[in-house]
Amino acid sequence: MAGPKLKPEELASKIKYNLPPKGWMDEPVEFREGTFNYSGNPKNVEYLQLPNPRKWQPTDPDWQLPENWKEIILEGLRDRLHRFRSLQIFMDICVRCGACADKCHFFIGSGDPKNMPVMRAELLRAVYRKDFTLAGKIFGKYAGARELTLDVVKEWFYYFYQCTQCRRCSVFCPYGIDTAEITLLVRELLGLIGVNIDWVVTPVANSFKTGNHLGIQPHGFKDSIDFAVDELEAITGVKVEAPINKKGAEILFITPSADYFGSPHYYTLLGYLALFHEIGLDYTWSTYASEGGNFGSFLSHDMMKSLNAKMYAEARRLGVKWILGGECGHMWRVVHQYMSTLNGPADFLEEPVSPVTGTKFGNARLTKMVHVCEFTADLIKNGKIKLDKSRNDNRRVTFHDSCNPARALGLIEEPRYIIRNACNYFFEMPENTIKEQTFCCGSGAGLGTDENLEMRMRGGLPRANAVKFVKEKHGVNFLGCICAIDKATLPPLMEYWVGGVDVGGVHELVGNALIMKGEKERTTDLRGEPLTVNESAMKEGNMSEEPFGE
Amino acid sequence: MNALFSLVAIIVIIAAAFLGASVPHLDFLFGVVFPYAAITVFLTGIVYRVIKWSTSPVPFHIPTVAGQQKSLPWIKDSPLESPHNTWGVVGRMALEILFFRSLFRNTKMEMKNGPKLVYGSSKYLWLGAIVFHWSMLIIVLRHLRLFMQPIPSFVLGLDSLDGFFQVGLPGLYITDVLILSALTFLILRRLTVRRIRYISLAADYFPLFLLFSIAATGVLMRYFFRIDLVNVKELAVGLFSFHPVVPQGTGVLFYVHLFLVCTLLVYFPFSKLMHMPGIFLSPTRNLANNSRMKRHVNPWNHPVRVHTYEEYEDEYREKMKEAGLPLDKE
Ligand code: HEM
Ligand code: SF4
Ligand code: SF4
Repeated sequence: MAGPKLKPEELASKIKYNLPPKGWMDEPVEFREGTFNYSGNPKNVEYLQLPNPRKWQPTDPDWQLPENWKEIILEGLRDRLHRFRSLQIFMDICVRCGACADKCHFFIGSGDPKNMPVMRAELLRAVYRKDFTLAGKIFGKYAGARELTLDVVKEWFYYFYQCTQCRRCSVFCPYGIDTAEITLLVRELLGLIGVNIDWVVTPVANSFKTGNHLGIQPHGFKDSIDFAVDELEAITGVKVEAPINKKGAEILFITPSADYFGSPHYYTLLGYLALFHEIGLDYTWSTYASEGGNFGSFLSHDMMKSLNAKMYAEARRLGVKWILGGECGHMWRVVHQYMSTLNGPADFLEEPVSPVTGTKFGNARLTKMVHVCEFTADLIKNGKIKLDKSRNDNRRVTFHDSCNPARALGLIEEPRYIIRNACNYFFEMPENTIKEQTFCCGSGAGLGTDENLEMRMRGGLPRANAVKFVKEKHGVNFLGCICAIDKATLPPLMEYWVGGVDVGGVHELVGNALIMKGEKERTTDLRGEPLTVNESAMKEGNMSEEPFGE
Repeated sequence: MNALFSLVAIIVIIAAAFLGASVPHLDFLFGVVFPYAAITVFLTGIVYRVIKWSTSPVPFHIPTVAGQQKSLPWIKDSPLESPHNTWGVVGRMALEILFFRSLFRNTKMEMKNGPKLVYGSSKYLWLGAIVFHWSMLIIVLRHLRLFMQPIPSFVLGLDSLDGFFQVGLPGLYITDVLILSALTFLILRRLTVRRIRYISLAADYFPLFLLFSIAATGVLMRYFFRIDLVNVKELAVGLFSFHPVVPQGTGVLFYVHLFLVCTLLVYFPFSKLMHMPGIFLSPTRNLANNSRMKRHVNPWNHPVRVHTYEEYEDEYREKMKEAGLPLDKE
């Protein structure tokens, strides 16, 4: 991947928090290379039967919008105000106290005042005031109202595709105003006139057609799982089973498709395969529901529903008892907060019970879908698996809470418990950058493209900076996470800002440490790297030797 | 510019009240007609807005949580930051409404050379906000002594508590000092912190100026230009019991104060001050984190186009067969 043109120091020195002299309504948006995403491929827009497929780019002066685009948007907004109380409330009650302002990683990394969450929302609110409030109609600009023009649409496109729906701002807002909600709804409005980005539209089309966002067809899926089985055997000497589309299995396992096609996700996949084999899990993979991630949730509520529907449909077809979900961020937001409402009730499934420990997962009794970290933490607690921590001694680990598991689920202790049991060296990043206050990778919600690389590096700066801190203090060389987008986008981020830190899943660490029956002596970890303590990392920084130092 | 606009608006309102109330015989208008009209607009306005909000459904269950979920029995959950039942939600909301919990979390980011980001705790806004709101609440409650005969005992208690220091004559209320200081802080913050000034609209300065003017005229009446409290009480009790009387010689300052309060009441339902009822309805705060335990129904959950397994198998049957994957239809 080509890096941004600027060196890290240059980029950092360009981050200024100065404000433009003009008011924000008078400052038009500028599409600067490296800070925006290309438009949706018309073929895929058409395939998904979305409005206004055409060839265009954000830098074009004419966006070829339908003639009545303004009407469409205002009508769409009216409709959504009637359908979403959240939108009504969030439009009406912000006091512009500014508490959210410096909480957004894109503001921190860009200094662009319109990346303050309050301003992002004001971009919509100003139009709302103009057309939907009395004060706005009477006092116009003095009441903060603004006419909806093509320039406003361009600004929406730029800034609502510069929000990763991470919801950090919502934690700090005294009313919980959730910019992610506003962002998704504005993306819906833009979609009505055919304004989309390709790294949302194309993955959605792929997921719709093939079941996964990479467009892998069923035989390709099987090849890749088979390949992983062989590779695992080469490392551990154990041949595992990985059933696919198996009817009557007890559990359906769904994880992001990047796990079987991307790196370093792949090592997490090896971890899953090893773990499920070791506990003798009766489970199956699915080619039809071969994507945990839901790119639809970056586009519209309807598309979210359409893609999510495959999970329950496949669970029903295969006749499983419940569903186990792999490491993923936004997938889990959808599964946790939307799935049952959109596509439930799942009354054809059973309340999840761990076949190994007998633990009832009461917290998933409605949706019948358990997070793999909940599942594994329970295995460890009940002593059902043996872990040799020293096999991870070449890793000095820190943990990045992915936005959605932290702020939508509150899944905070489970992964930490697993890491502490699988590794000897675990160090937390500073308190303001983890758990519910975690910083986004800067590339979620469809923004992880090459063309947007500069903005991604800017947005990822707060996360990278916190990793750098523990690297310097404790010699951290491994950034654990539980999200497929993290695994794809944190490596270039680390390379750019930090250096010398690998990224990987929690179940990769489990796979490394897992003692399997009949295994050969391991000489490498799942990455094929030798199992010795990383001397150079130990020398760097003045870290403490004791485990669990936090 | 926005600040100036609001300032001018306030001055015009004060001037109008001053001139109007000085004209003989207009006191019925200022003392009776306006207050009744304002209260009517205030109440119907709020009820209308809240009903309007409530008619939009809450389609999805989207709490923003700030703590450990309730999952496995041996993992300690945080019932107030990530409540899993109604009691937890009540607790969380109470913390938000009474103590501004989320605002208390506030931090301040600073970029040092390196680049090195540091986040310090920043409680000034929380402090200013909490002092202002609580002072206002106490002041409003204290005012009940004007409207009620006999005066309820909790109002008397509040009164003596607030006047605890017994400084000067008439006794100084602590809340009077606090509300003016807090409002001054909030106004200065808006004017001087550049980032805040950038996001501020006229509609952000106006309520601050308005509230400040109300508090200031109140303080002037109490400590500097004494007005006849017996008259005020007669008017207030009259209004409250729907037998309005307009006592003579109450003083122009009082009418200015009253008119400003009327302005606030009328302004309230059309403005961001609606955050008061709104905070109760915010779906990221008032829902429990039990989305995988309890079903949430969306009344408009319309069908969408899906790609069914049958269609999928039809498209890939040959390839699946070749790869040895099981098929539903051979
Ligand atoms: C349930 C009751 C209420 C709660 C929980 C509440 C909460 C808050 C919070 C958390 C803030 C943000 C902090 C700040 O900017 O000061 C705020 C701001 C504000 N509130 Fe309230 N409030 C309530 C009722 C009211 C009422 C009744 C009024 C006025 C009549 C009011 C007037 C204001 C004003 C003017 C601001 C903006 C301050 C500024 O611009 O800096 N609030 N409120
Ligand atoms: S913290 Fe909330 S109320 Fe304050 S400016 Fe941000 S969105 Fe508005
Ligand atoms: S949701 Fe995240 S990216 Fe979007 S405005 Fe809030 S903090 Fe920024």
